Amino acid sequence: MATKEAFADVGHDYTSTGLNHTKVAMWSFLGSDCLFFGAMISTYLLYRTRTLSGPTPHEIYDIPFTSVSSFVLLMSSLTMVLALAAIQRGDHRGLRIWLFATAFLGTTFIGGQIYEFTTFVEEGLKLSTSPFGSAFFMLTGLHGAHVTVGILMLLSLAGLSFSGKLNQEDSLKVEMIGLYWHFVDIVWIIIFTVVYLIPTE
Amino acid sequence: MAQTPVHGDDMATAPQAAEELHHHPGPRQYVWVAIVLAIITAAEVVIYYIPGLESVLVPFLLAFSAVKFVLVVMWFMHLKFDSHLFRRLFVTGFILAMIVFSIVLATFFLGPEAPGLTG
Repeated sequence: MATKEAFADVGHDYTSTGLNHTKVAMWSFLGSDCLFFGAMISTYLLYRTRTLSGPTPHEIYDIPFTSVSSFVLLMSSLTMVLALAAIQRGDHRGLRIWLFATAFLGTTFIGGQIYEFTTFVEEGLKLSTSPFGSAFFMLTGLHGAHVTVGILMLLSLAGLSFSGKLNQEDSLKVEMIGLYWHFVDIVWIIIFTVVYLIPTE
Repeated sequence: MAQTPVHGDDMATAPQAAEELHHHPGPRQYVWVAIVLAIITAAEVVIYYIPGLESVLVPFLLAFSAVKFVLVVMWFMHLKFDSHLFRRLFVTGFILAMIVFSIVLATFFLGPEAPGLTG
């Protein structure tokens, strides 16, 4: 029979490995998410030349624009890690500033993606135009969905901080959201190279 | 049935884990990593537009991408400083993904009845 004492004893954050269970769970999730994005990127590689009568990647991609978007997302990883460094030294003002900066950069990236999608649709590339269109929109759209979830989590953290529920001892929460955010960033590093920069032929 | 409480050495590792935080790099190092990432991204875009580099473009782009990936994972995600178990968890997933999808892609190119990518 479970007693209060037993629950109190197992209620600590450290597993039999000596590692925090939240962190172990997050790294396991990120490892498994590699398979998810791996499937999407492989599908894109299979279908990128199957454009049917629609536009080809070379005709439609705007490399300078996407390069700026990539730079923005890359710099959001810096602001995220600075937010973590701020809470670890008990600097709550710094934490909020860097969290909002990260959310702002993420929102800018998503804004750029919405603009890019709108432009592509106007130029004749839709989800149903060709296998290339389907693979492109699914891959980049699902990545955008991950970024959007990340922005919501960042704003939630900022809300917790403003309500006084995020102390220096809770820095693990910021670290976990940070791990997710950096993962989204490294996925984009691969997408930017494989999808946009590597030529089709 | 109550779960067996964990005592002893496992609990002793909590301060050890907290101590890991002190090995995390400082803001100045993070900024330096970000500068390197920005320079590599700029280099990627520059070589994309250089006409004479078509033959080596793909290997260069993949190498640059790999360096950026490793820098973010090791420094911003702290894999360089955290427990090796986290590294194993992530690297296992990543390598598994690479192997599985390399095999999938190979089935489309290799063999006499491979469907290929025409269409």
